[in-house]
Amino acid sequence: MKINLSINGKSYSQDVEPRLLLIHFLREVAGLTGTHMGCETSLCGACTVELNGKAIKSCTMFAVQANGAEIVTVEGLANNGKLDPVQEAFWNEHGLQCGFCTPGMIMASKQILDRNPSPTEEEVRHGLEGNVCRCTGYQHIVNAVKAAAAGAGK
Amino acid sequence: MIAQKFEYTAPKSLDEALHLLASGAKPLAGGMSLIPMMKLRLAAPEHLVDLRTIKDLNYIREAGGQLHIGATASHYEIESSALLRQKCPLLTETAAAIGDVQVRNMGTIGGSVAHADPAADYPAALQALEAKFVLNGAKSERTVSAADFFVDAFTTTLEPGEILREVIVPIDDARTGTSYQKMVQPASGFAIVGVAVRVRQNARKVSFARIGVTGLSNHAYRATAAEKALEGKTPSANDIQNAAALVAQGVDANSDLHASADYRKHLAAVHAARAIKSAISRIT
Repeated sequence: MKINLSINGKSYSQDVEPRLLLIHFLREVAGLTGTHMGCETSLCGACTVELNGKAIKSCTMFAVQANGAEIVTVEGLANNGKLDPVQEAFWNEHGLQCGFCTPGMIMASKQILDRNPSPTEEEVRHGLEGNVCRCTGYQHIVNAVKAAAAGAGK
Repeated sequence: MIAQKFEYTAPKSLDEALHLLASGAKPLAGGMSLIPMMKLRLAAPEHLVDLRTIKDLNYIREAGGQLHIGATASHYEIESSALLRQKCPLLTETAAAIGDVQVRNMGTIGGSVAHADPAADYPAALQALEAKFVLNGAKSERTVSAADFFVDAFTTTLEPGEILREVIVPIDDARTGTSYQKMVQPASGFAIVGVAVRVRQNARKVSFARIGVTGLSNHAYRATAAEKALEGKTPSANDIQNAAALVAQGVDANSDLHASADYRKHLAAVHAARAIKSAISRIT
């Protein structure tokens, strides 16, 4: 089936099998390997991307369902070499250890801040319930989201 | 994990979808249950019909003194609906307790209810709300109450070729308080048990109580003995404990690695007491 979609502002038109998962389209067709395949069972959130402004797990969606959609992956956040404020905050607060969960964490964090520019710690943790860090470095991730919120408010 | 091959259609209208479903295709809504099942090859539909592409199925509106929610309204759209927050806060509270942000962005009320997972959150609230479901087939439309809809685990009164098109819930007055309390299974986000309470008071006396329980048995049910124990009373802390203790009475409780049957029954009583207290405290 032929699908057309936009990823990070670039248009893609491709014939795909209906069973191709969106994550496989992103990684193998579009060559964007920033989005990670973790658990493959929609629990870990490493594959989180933005679909029409909403954070979704790209391992639990077929690429054909994204026909006509606008997708943003972690590669689409930086602008002209300047990191997005959420990326900047993860850098500054050391919101990562091994880094595997980081793309998903950053995309989920962006969703939190899009909907609530100054979340409480509890709201940040609630917003990250769909993302797992197996290094268990949650404290610095939460700090990073709060720092991004504080920075955006300046 | 790759699903078996299937054909995919994105219809523009409900009629087109129902026509395809009548010839054996399976409906796909948010896919939050169906796609994992397909990846594990527990489900292998030959033809999927995507309901999310039908614009007419996505709405939340008030009409005729009731609230009408289209099948593909997502959990996020429900949790963030100003109309529902004001007129049916039990549904917004329940939607906000489902899974995680990403799941709530994609998952739909129609898909969740039709899937009838015994640990899903909505069915408790929909039982307490005495919700009605509008079911459509290619040549049929019927309305079924939540009480009659859930038959067994993953089993409903939906016939082959039918979809759940709309959920209808009542609008309660300010004398009614509601609450949903759940013990979450932290990995999946599902309810080990969840209790939804809807209680109305008249001059501090409970004139009406509705209690829906999910996670405890094969399907969500109304705990009528507990409801009767509250009705007519100005409930003391003791009365609430006694009523809550009845929610699991006579129920053949599920048992799995997360919770034994006895522990689930205990959790149901604890969460029922919390939900009753919380619902009463919210009556203005």
